Amino acid sequence: MGELTSGPPITAAYAPPEGLSPESSFVVELSAFSGPLDLLLLLIREEQVDIYDIPIARICEQFVARIRTLGLNEAAEYLEMAARLLRIKAQMLLPRSDEEAWEDPRAELVRRLLEYQQMREVVDLLEHRGEERRNQFARAYLPQAPAPPQAPLALSLGELFAAVDRVLRGARKPNIHEVVARAIDIPGAITVIRSVLALKARILWTEIVERSAEPWQILSTLLGVLELAKTGEVRVKQIRPFANVEISRDAASEAA
Amino acid sequence: MTPLAKLLEAALFASARPIASDELSVLDPEASRAQLQSALDELREHYDVEGHGVELVEIGGGWQILTRAEYTEAIERAQLAARPARLSGAALETLAIIAYRQPISRAEIEEIRGVAVGGMLKSLHERGLIDVVGRAEGLGRPLLYGTTPVFLEHFALRHLEELPRAEELAIALRVQRPEPEGEPAPVVVNAEASE
Repeated sequence: MGELTSGPPITAAYAPPEGLSPESSFVVELSAFSGPLDLLLLLIREEQVDIYDIPIARICEQFVARIRTLGLNEAAEYLEMAARLLRIKAQMLLPRSDEEAWEDPRAELVRRLLEYQQMREVVDLLEHRGEERRNQFARAYLPQAPAPPQAPLALSLGELFAAVDRVLRGARKPNIHEVVARAIDIPGAITVIRSVLALKARILWTEIVERSAEPWQILSTLLGVLELAKTGEVRVKQIRPFANVEISRDAASEAA
Repeated sequence: MTPLAKLLEAALFASARPIASDELSVLDPEASRAQLQSALDELREHYDVEGHGVELVEIGGGWQILTRAEYTEAIERAQLAARPARLSGAALETLAIIAYRQPISRAEIEEIRGVAVGGMLKSLHERGLIDVVGRAEGLGRPLLYGTTPVFLEHFALRHLEELPRAEELAIALRVQRPEPEGEPAPVVVNAEASE
Protein backbone atom coordinates (compact mmCIF):
# COMPACT_ATOMS: atom_id res chain seq x y z
CA MET A 1 0.00 0.00 0.00
CA GLY A 2 2.86 2.36 0.85
CA GLU A 3 4.22 2.14 -2.68
CA LEU A 4 0.93 3.25 -4.12
CA THR A 5 0.61 6.34 -2.02
CA SER A 6 2.19 9.28 -3.61
CA GLY A 7 1.49 12.51 -1.85
CA PRO A 8 0.22 12.63 1.71
CA PRO A 9 1.31 9.71 3.88
CA ILE A 10 -2.03 8.11 4.47
CA THR A 11 -0.53 4.93 5.82
CA ALA A 12 1.05 6.94 8.60
CA ALA A 13 -2.21 8.65 9.47
CA TYR A 14 -3.91 5.29 9.46
CA ALA A 15 -1.83 3.90 12.29
CA PRO A 16 -3.00 0.83 14.18
CA PRO A 17 -5.02 1.46 17.35
CA GLU A 18 -2.07 1.20 19.72
CA GLY A 19 -1.04 4.63 18.51
CA LEU A 20 -4.14 6.05 20.16
CA SER A 21 -4.26 7.60 23.56
CA PRO A 22 -6.18 5.34 25.94
CA GLU A 23 -9.04 7.74 26.52
CA SER A 24 -9.81 7.95 22.82
CA SER A 25 -10.08 4.21 22.42
CA PHE A 26 -13.85 4.11 22.63
CA VAL A 27 -15.07 7.66 22.67
CA VAL A 28 -17.53 7.45 19.83
CA GLU A 29 -19.15 10.79 19.13
CA LEU A 30 -21.82 9.29 17.00
CA SER A 31 -24.18 12.13 17.70
CA ALA A 32 -22.05 14.37 15.49
CA PHE A 33 -22.41 12.16 12.43
CA SER A 34 -25.05 9.70 11.51
CA GLY A 35 -22.67 7.68 9.36
CA PRO A 36 -19.56 7.69 7.20
CA LEU A 37 -21.41 9.27 4.26
CA ASP A 38 -22.47 12.12 6.52
CA LEU A 39 -18.87 12.74 7.55
CA LEU A 40 -17.71 12.47 3.95
CA LEU A 41 -20.28 15.03 2.80
CA LEU A 42 -19.18 17.42 5.53
CA LEU A 43 -15.58 17.15 4.38
CA ILE A 44 -16.55 17.73 0.77
CA ARG A 45 -18.51 20.78 1.86
CA GLU A 46 -15.66 22.08 4.00
CA GLU A 47 -13.13 21.58 1.24
CA GLN A 48 -15.50 23.23 -1.25
CA VAL A 49 -14.87 20.62 -3.89
CA ASP A 50 -16.94 19.49 -6.84
CA ILE A 51 -18.71 16.30 -5.94
CA TYR A 52 -18.21 14.94 -9.48
CA ASP A 53 -14.47 15.48 -9.24
CA ILE A 54 -13.55 14.62 -5.66
CA PRO A 55 -9.85 14.90 -4.96
CA ILE A 56 -9.79 11.46 -3.40
CA ALA A 57 -6.30 11.73 -1.88
CA ARG A 58 -7.14 14.92 -0.02
CA ILE A 59 -10.59 13.82 1.12
CA CYS A 60 -9.33 10.39 2.11
CA GLU A 61 -6.57 11.89 4.20
CA GLN A 62 -9.05 14.23 5.88
CA PHE A 63 -11.49 11.40 6.48
CA VAL A 64 -8.90 9.20 8.16
CA ALA A 65 -7.61 12.10 10.22
CA ARG A 66 -11.15 12.99 11.31
CA ILE A 67 -12.13 9.51 12.38
CA ARG A 68 -8.93 9.38 14.42
CA THR A 69 -9.61 12.64 16.23
CA LEU A 70 -13.23 11.70 16.81
CA GLY A 71 -12.32 8.23 17.96
CA LEU A 72 -14.64 6.86 15.35
CA ASN A 73 -12.13 4.36 14.08
CA GLU A 74 -13.67 1.76 16.33
CA ALA A 75 -16.83 1.86 14.30
CA ALA A 76 -16.77 -0.66 11.50
CA GLU A 77 -18.73 1.48 9.05
CA TYR A 78 -16.20 4.29 9.19
CA LEU A 79 -13.33 1.88 8.78
CA GLU A 80 -15.06 0.36 5.81
CA MET A 81 -15.45 3.76 4.21
CA ALA A 82 -11.79 4.56 4.88
CA ALA A 83 -10.82 1.31 3.17
CA ARG A 84 -13.12 2.12 0.26
CA LEU A 85 -11.52 5.53 -0.16
CA LEU A 86 -8.05 4.03 -0.10
CA ARG A 87 -9.10 1.53 -2.72
CA ILE A 88 -10.50 4.24 -4.96
CA LYS A 89 -7.32 6.20 -4.52
CA ALA A 90 -5.26 3.18 -5.51
CA GLN A 91 -7.44 2.63 -8.57
CA MET A 92 -7.00 6.25 -9.58
CA LEU A 93 -3.24 5.85 -9.43
CA LEU A 94 -3.16 2.79 -11.67
CA PRO A 95 -2.04 3.65 -15.19
CA ARG A 96 -4.95 3.86 -17.63
CA SER A 97 -4.11 1.70 -20.60
CA ASP A 98 -7.37 2.30 -22.37
CA GLU A 99 -8.72 5.80 -21.87
CA GLU A 100 -11.99 4.92 -23.62
CA ALA A 101 -12.92 1.99 -21.43
CA TRP A 102 -11.74 3.66 -18.24
CA GLU A 103 -14.47 4.04 -15.69
CA ASP A 104 -14.08 6.58 -12.95
CA PRO A 105 -13.67 4.53 -9.75
CA ARG A 106 -15.33 7.38 -7.87
CA ALA A 107 -18.57 7.13 -9.79
CA GLU A 108 -20.22 4.69 -7.39
CA LEU A 109 -19.21 6.78 -4.40
CA VAL A 110 -20.54 9.93 -6.06
CA ARG A 111 -23.83 8.22 -6.74
CA ARG A 112 -24.10 7.14 -3.11
CA LEU A 113 -23.17 10.59 -1.83
CA LEU A 114 -25.79 12.27 -3.98
CA GLU A 115 -28.38 9.76 -2.91
CA TYR A 116 -27.45 10.34 0.69
CA GLN A 117 -27.55 14.11 0.25
CA GLN A 118 -30.99 13.85 -1.27
CA MET A 119 -32.16 11.83 1.69
CA ARG A 120 -30.72 14.44 4.07
CA GLU A 121 -32.91 17.02 2.41
CA VAL A 122 -35.95 14.91 3.13
CA VAL A 123 -34.73 14.55 6.71
CA ASP A 124 -34.65 18.32 7.08
CA LEU A 125 -38.19 18.50 5.82
CA LEU A 126 -39.42 15.72 8.09
CA GLU A 127 -37.66 17.27 11.04
CA HIS A 128 -39.38 20.57 10.40
CA ARG A 129 -42.80 19.01 9.95
CA GLY A 130 -42.35 16.70 12.92
CA GLU A 131 -41.37 19.61 15.16
CA GLU A 132 -44.49 21.52 14.11
CA ARG A 133 -46.69 18.55 14.84
CA ARG A 134 -45.00 17.97 18.19
CA ASN A 135 -46.24 21.35 19.28
CA GLN A 136 -49.86 20.41 18.89
CA PHE A 137 -51.75 18.03 21.07
CA ALA A 138 -54.50 15.84 19.79
CA ARG A 139 -57.57 14.97 21.75
CA ALA A 140 -56.90 12.14 24.20
CA TYR A 141 -53.22 12.31 23.52
CA LEU A 142 -51.45 9.56 25.39
CA PRO A 143 -47.66 9.44 25.73
CA GLN A 144 -47.78 5.70 25.37
CA ALA A 145 -50.54 3.77 23.76
CA PRO A 146 -52.11 1.79 26.60
CA ALA A 147 -52.46 -1.94 26.25
CA PRO A 148 -55.91 -2.72 24.89
CA PRO A 149 -58.19 -3.74 27.74
CA GLN A 150 -58.67 -7.43 28.19
CA ALA A 151 -61.89 -8.52 26.60
CA PRO A 152 -64.11 -10.37 29.05
CA LEU A 153 -63.69 -14.10 28.68
CA ALA A 154 -66.61 -15.54 26.80
CA LEU A 155 -66.26 -19.23 27.52
CA SER A 156 -68.72 -21.93 28.43
CA LEU A 157 -67.89 -24.78 30.75
CA GLY A 158 -68.30 -27.21 27.88
CA GLU A 159 -65.71 -25.32 25.82
CA LEU A 160 -63.33 -25.36 28.76
CA PHE A 161 -63.71 -29.11 29.15
CA ALA A 162 -63.25 -29.58 25.43
CA ALA A 163 -60.05 -27.56 25.62
CA VAL A 164 -58.78 -29.57 28.57
CA ASP A 165 -59.61 -32.73 26.71
CA ARG A 166 -57.70 -31.51 23.65
CA VAL A 167 -54.68 -30.64 25.75
CA LEU A 168 -54.72 -33.95 27.56
CA ARG A 169 -55.10 -35.89 24.35
CA GLY A 170 -52.21 -34.08 22.82
CA ALA A 171 -50.05 -34.44 25.89
CA ARG A 172 -47.46 -37.16 25.98
CA LYS A 173 -48.50 -39.99 28.21
CA PRO A 174 -46.64 -39.49 31.48
CA ASN A 175 -44.20 -42.17 32.59
CA ILE A 176 -45.99 -43.75 35.47
CA HIS A 177 -44.00 -46.06 37.67
CA GLU A 178 -45.79 -48.70 39.61
CA VAL A 179 -45.14 -48.13 43.28
CA VAL A 180 -45.71 -51.07 45.54
CA ALA A 181 -47.51 -49.88 48.59
CA ARG A 182 -45.71 -50.80 51.77
CA ALA A 183 -48.15 -49.67 54.32
CA ILE A 184 -46.56 -48.07 57.26
CA ASP A 185 -48.65 -49.30 60.12
CA ILE A 186 -48.34 -46.75 62.89
CA PRO A 187 -51.46 -47.78 64.90
CA GLY A 188 -50.21 -51.36 64.83
CA ALA A 189 -46.80 -50.31 66.07
CA ILE A 190 -48.39 -48.21 68.82
CA THR A 191 -50.41 -51.20 69.95
CA VAL A 192 -47.25 -53.32 70.14
CA ILE A 193 -45.34 -50.63 72.08
CA ARG A 194 -48.22 -50.12 74.48
CA SER A 195 -48.60 -53.81 75.16
CA VAL A 196 -44.86 -54.24 75.78
CA LEU A 197 -44.84 -51.18 78.05
CA ALA A 198 -47.80 -52.63 79.94
CA LEU A 199 -45.52 -55.47 80.97
CA LYS A 200 -42.32 -53.51 81.49
CA ALA A 201 -41.97 -49.86 82.57
CA ARG A 202 -38.80 -49.43 80.52
CA ILE A 203 -37.83 -51.03 77.27
CA LEU A 204 -35.00 -50.56 74.81
CA TRP A 205 -35.37 -49.89 71.12
CA THR A 206 -33.63 -53.11 70.25
CA GLU A 207 -36.21 -55.00 72.27
CA ILE A 208 -39.16 -53.87 70.18
CA VAL A 209 -37.47 -53.93 66.80
CA GLU A 210 -36.35 -57.29 65.65
CA ARG A 211 -33.02 -57.67 64.00
CA SER A 212 -34.65 -59.06 60.90
CA ALA A 213 -37.26 -56.32 60.73
CA GLU A 214 -38.16 -54.85 57.32
CA PRO A 215 -37.58 -51.14 56.79
CA TRP A 216 -41.32 -50.49 56.90
CA GLN A 217 -41.56 -52.19 60.26
CA ILE A 218 -38.67 -50.17 61.64
CA LEU A 219 -40.24 -46.97 60.30
CA SER A 220 -43.63 -47.88 61.74
CA THR A 221 -42.14 -48.48 65.13
CA LEU A 222 -40.11 -45.29 65.01
CA LEU A 223 -43.14 -43.23 64.05
CA GLY A 224 -45.20 -45.00 66.68
CA VAL A 225 -42.65 -44.16 69.35
CA LEU A 226 -42.50 -40.56 68.25
CA GLU A 227 -46.27 -40.35 68.21
CA LEU A 228 -46.53 -41.66 71.74
CA ALA A 229 -43.74 -39.33 72.85
CA LYS A 230 -45.64 -36.44 71.32
CA THR A 231 -48.80 -37.24 73.17
CA GLY A 232 -46.74 -37.63 76.34
CA GLU A 233 -47.59 -41.26 76.81
CA VAL A 234 -43.94 -42.29 76.80
CA ARG A 235 -40.58 -40.75 77.42
CA VAL A 236 -37.77 -41.33 74.99
CA LYS A 237 -34.18 -41.06 76.07
CA GLN A 238 -30.96 -41.52 74.20
CA ILE A 239 -27.78 -40.89 76.14
CA ARG A 240 -25.64 -40.08 73.10
CA PRO A 241 -26.08 -40.16 69.36
CA PHE A 242 -26.58 -43.61 67.91
CA ALA A 243 -26.88 -45.14 71.35
CA ASN A 244 -29.76 -47.45 72.12
CA VAL A 245 -33.00 -45.64 72.77
CA GLU A 246 -34.73 -46.12 76.05
CA ILE A 247 -38.50 -45.91 76.05
CA SER A 248 -40.33 -45.60 79.34
CA ARG A 249 -43.83 -45.01 80.52
CA ASP A 250 -44.36 -41.39 81.39
CA ALA A 251 -44.97 -41.17 85.08
CA ALA A 252 -47.19 -38.08 84.83
CA SER A 253 -49.48 -39.43 82.15
CA GLU A 254 -49.67 -42.69 84.00
CA ALA A 255 -50.84 -40.85 87.08
CA ALA A 256 -53.43 -39.04 85.02
CA MET B 1 -73.35 25.52 12.93
CA THR B 2 -75.23 23.01 10.84
CA PRO B 3 -76.23 19.73 12.51
CA LEU B 4 -73.75 17.85 10.30
CA ALA B 5 -70.87 20.11 11.40
CA LYS B 6 -71.87 19.51 15.02
CA LEU B 7 -71.94 15.76 14.47
CA LEU B 8 -68.47 15.87 12.93
CA GLU B 9 -67.21 17.99 15.78
CA ALA B 10 -68.51 15.47 18.32
CA ALA B 11 -66.96 12.58 16.42
CA LEU B 12 -63.61 14.36 16.09
CA PHE B 13 -63.70 15.17 19.79
CA ALA B 14 -64.34 11.53 20.69
CA SER B 15 -61.62 10.09 18.48
CA ALA B 16 -57.97 9.92 19.46
CA ARG B 17 -56.96 9.25 15.83
CA PRO B 18 -57.57 11.29 12.72
CA ILE B 19 -60.88 10.31 11.19
CA ALA B 20 -60.60 9.29 7.55
CA SER B 21 -63.16 10.67 5.10
CA ASP B 22 -64.78 7.27 4.54
CA GLU B 23 -65.20 6.97 8.31
CA LEU B 24 -66.89 10.36 8.30
CA SER B 25 -69.47 9.15 5.82
CA VAL B 26 -70.31 6.26 8.17
CA LEU B 27 -71.31 8.84 10.75
CA ASP B 28 -74.07 10.09 8.51
CA PRO B 29 -74.82 7.82 5.56
CA GLU B 30 -77.29 10.35 4.24
CA ALA B 31 -74.66 13.03 3.79
CA SER B 32 -72.92 13.33 0.45
CA ARG B 33 -69.19 13.75 0.12
CA ALA B 34 -69.66 17.39 -0.76
CA GLN B 35 -71.86 17.98 2.26
CA LEU B 36 -69.28 16.39 4.54
CA GLN B 37 -66.56 18.52 3.01
CA SER B 38 -68.55 21.70 3.47
CA ALA B 39 -69.34 20.69 7.05
CA LEU B 40 -65.61 20.20 7.67
CA ASP B 41 -64.91 23.61 6.13
CA GLU B 42 -67.61 25.11 8.31
CA LEU B 43 -66.10 23.56 11.42
CA ARG B 44 -62.61 24.72 10.51
CA GLU B 45 -63.83 28.23 9.87
CA HIS B 46 -65.76 28.16 13.10
CA TYR B 47 -62.53 27.45 15.00
CA ASP B 48 -60.43 29.91 13.02
CA VAL B 49 -62.82 32.84 12.79
CA GLU B 50 -64.21 32.73 16.28
CA GLY B 51 -60.74 32.18 17.67
CA HIS B 52 -60.70 28.82 19.39
CA GLY B 53 -57.82 27.19 21.23
CA VAL B 54 -58.06 24.22 18.89
CA GLU B 55 -58.02 23.91 15.14
CA LEU B 56 -59.19 21.40 12.58
CA VAL B 57 -56.26 19.88 10.72
CA GLU B 58 -56.13 17.56 7.75
CA ILE B 59 -53.52 15.01 8.69
CA GLY B 60 -52.53 11.37 8.23
CA GLY B 61 -55.18 10.69 5.62
CA GLY B 62 -57.96 12.14 7.75
CA TRP B 63 -59.11 14.96 9.97
CA GLN B 64 -58.19 15.74 13.54
CA ILE B 65 -58.76 18.44 16.12
CA LEU B 66 -55.43 19.68 17.48
CA THR B 67 -54.55 22.27 20.07
CA ARG B 68 -52.95 25.40 18.72
CA ALA B 69 -49.17 25.50 19.04
CA GLU B 70 -49.19 28.68 21.13
CA TYR B 71 -50.69 26.81 24.10
CA THR B 72 -48.31 23.85 24.00
CA GLU B 73 -45.88 25.18 26.53
CA ALA B 74 -48.52 26.04 29.10
CA ILE B 75 -50.20 22.65 28.71
CA GLU B 76 -46.90 20.86 29.06
CA ARG B 77 -45.86 22.97 32.03
CA ALA B 78 -49.07 21.98 33.77
CA GLN B 79 -48.22 18.36 32.94
CA LEU B 80 -51.57 17.80 31.31
CA ALA B 81 -49.94 16.35 28.23
CA ALA B 82 -46.38 15.70 27.13
CA ARG B 83 -44.87 16.18 23.72
CA PRO B 84 -43.60 12.94 22.24
CA ALA B 85 -39.84 12.48 22.17
CA ARG B 86 -38.04 13.86 19.15
CA LEU B 87 -36.82 11.30 16.69
CA SER B 88 -33.06 11.02 16.34
CA GLY B 89 -31.26 12.01 13.15
CA ALA B 90 -30.59 8.37 12.41
CA ALA B 91 -34.29 7.55 12.83
CA LEU B 92 -35.26 10.40 10.50
CA GLU B 93 -32.75 9.26 7.89
CA THR B 94 -34.13 5.75 7.97
CA LEU B 95 -37.70 7.03 7.76
CA ALA B 96 -36.85 9.35 4.88
CA ILE B 97 -35.40 6.48 2.88
CA ILE B 98 -38.37 4.23 3.60
CA ALA B 99 -40.86 6.99 2.76
CA TYR B 100 -39.31 7.53 -0.66
CA ARG B 101 -38.31 4.02 -1.60
CA GLN B 102 -41.04 1.90 -0.08
CA PRO B 103 -41.37 -1.02 -0.22
CA ILE B 104 -37.71 -1.36 0.65
CA SER B 105 -35.55 -4.03 2.26
CA ARG B 106 -33.17 -3.53 5.13
CA ALA B 107 -30.12 -4.12 2.91
CA GLU B 108 -31.22 -1.37 0.53
CA ILE B 109 -31.64 1.09 3.40
CA GLU B 110 -28.21 0.19 4.72
CA GLU B 111 -26.75 0.70 1.27
CA ILE B 112 -28.03 4.27 1.23
CA ARG B 113 -27.29 5.16 4.83
CA GLY B 114 -23.93 3.40 4.97
CA VAL B 115 -24.63 2.00 8.42
CA ALA B 116 -26.48 -0.98 9.88
CA VAL B 117 -30.16 -0.26 10.58
CA GLY B 118 -31.47 -3.49 12.11
CA GLY B 119 -32.06 -2.05 15.58
CA MET B 120 -33.43 1.16 14.13
CA LEU B 121 -36.02 -0.69 12.07
CA LYS B 122 -37.11 -2.56 15.17
CA SER B 123 -37.66 0.58 17.21
CA LEU B 124 -39.42 2.40 14.35
CA HIS B 125 -41.66 -0.60 13.99
CA GLU B 126 -42.37 -0.59 17.72
CA ARG B 127 -43.35 3.06 17.49
CA GLY B 128 -45.74 2.16 14.72
CA LEU B 129 -44.07 4.44 12.18
CA ILE B 130 -43.19 1.65 9.78
CA ASP B 131 -44.56 -1.78 9.06
CA VAL B 132 -43.64 -4.85 7.12
CA VAL B 133 -45.49 -4.60 3.83
CA GLY B 134 -44.26 -7.72 2.10
CA ARG B 135 -41.30 -9.77 1.03
CA ALA B 136 -38.94 -9.23 -1.86
CA GLU B 137 -38.71 -11.87 -4.56
CA GLY B 138 -34.92 -12.08 -4.40
CA LEU B 139 -32.54 -14.27 -2.49
CA GLY B 140 -33.68 -14.97 1.06
CA ARG B 141 -36.96 -13.18 0.38
CA PRO B 142 -36.09 -10.24 2.67
CA LEU B 143 -38.84 -8.32 4.46
CA LEU B 144 -39.94 -5.10 2.83
CA TYR B 145 -40.81 -2.06 4.90
CA GLY B 146 -43.18 0.81 4.33
CA THR B 147 -44.52 3.77 6.28
CA THR B 148 -47.80 3.72 8.21
CA PRO B 149 -50.59 6.28 8.80
CA VAL B 150 -48.89 7.01 12.14
CA PHE B 151 -45.88 8.19 10.13
CA LEU B 152 -48.06 10.70 8.27
CA GLU B 153 -49.60 11.81 11.52
CA HIS B 154 -46.22 12.21 13.18
CA PHE B 155 -45.02 14.55 10.44
CA ALA B 156 -48.31 16.35 9.92
CA LEU B 157 -48.64 15.02 6.40
CA ARG B 158 -51.98 14.57 4.73
CA HIS B 159 -50.65 11.81 2.51
CA LEU B 160 -47.32 10.59 1.13
CA GLU B 161 -47.74 12.65 -2.04
CA GLU B 162 -47.32 15.72 0.10
CA LEU B 163 -43.61 14.98 0.38
CA PRO B 164 -41.69 16.73 -2.39
CA ARG B 165 -41.12 14.50 -5.36
CA ALA B 166 -37.56 13.26 -5.65
CA GLU B 167 -36.87 15.43 -8.69
CA GLU B 168 -38.07 18.51 -6.80
CA LEU B 169 -35.33 18.19 -4.22
CA ALA B 170 -32.33 20.48 -4.46
CA ILE B 171 -30.19 17.54 -5.45
CA ALA B 172 -32.16 15.62 -8.00
CA LEU B 173 -30.69 12.19 -8.09
CA ARG B 174 -29.74 11.03 -11.52
CA VAL B 175 -30.83 7.50 -11.93
CA GLN B 176 -28.33 7.15 -14.74
CA ARG B 177 -24.79 7.95 -13.88
CA PRO B 178 -23.54 11.14 -15.52
CA GLU B 179 -21.90 10.19 -18.78
CA PRO B 180 -18.16 10.91 -18.72
CA GLU B 181 -18.22 12.53 -22.16
CA GLY B 182 -21.44 14.44 -21.33
CA GLU B 183 -19.47 16.82 -19.10
CA PRO B 184 -22.00 17.14 -16.28
CA ALA B 185 -22.59 20.47 -14.70
CA PRO B 186 -20.63 20.50 -11.47
CA VAL B 187 -22.91 20.17 -8.49
CA VAL B 188 -21.61 21.53 -5.24
CA VAL B 189 -23.19 19.67 -2.40
CA ASN B 190 -23.97 22.67 -0.26
CA ALA B 191 -26.14 24.22 -2.94
CA GLU B 192 -29.00 25.66 -0.90
CA ALA B 193 -31.83 25.51 -3.35
CA SER B 194 -32.58 24.24 -6.78
CA GLU B 195 -33.58 26.56 -9.53
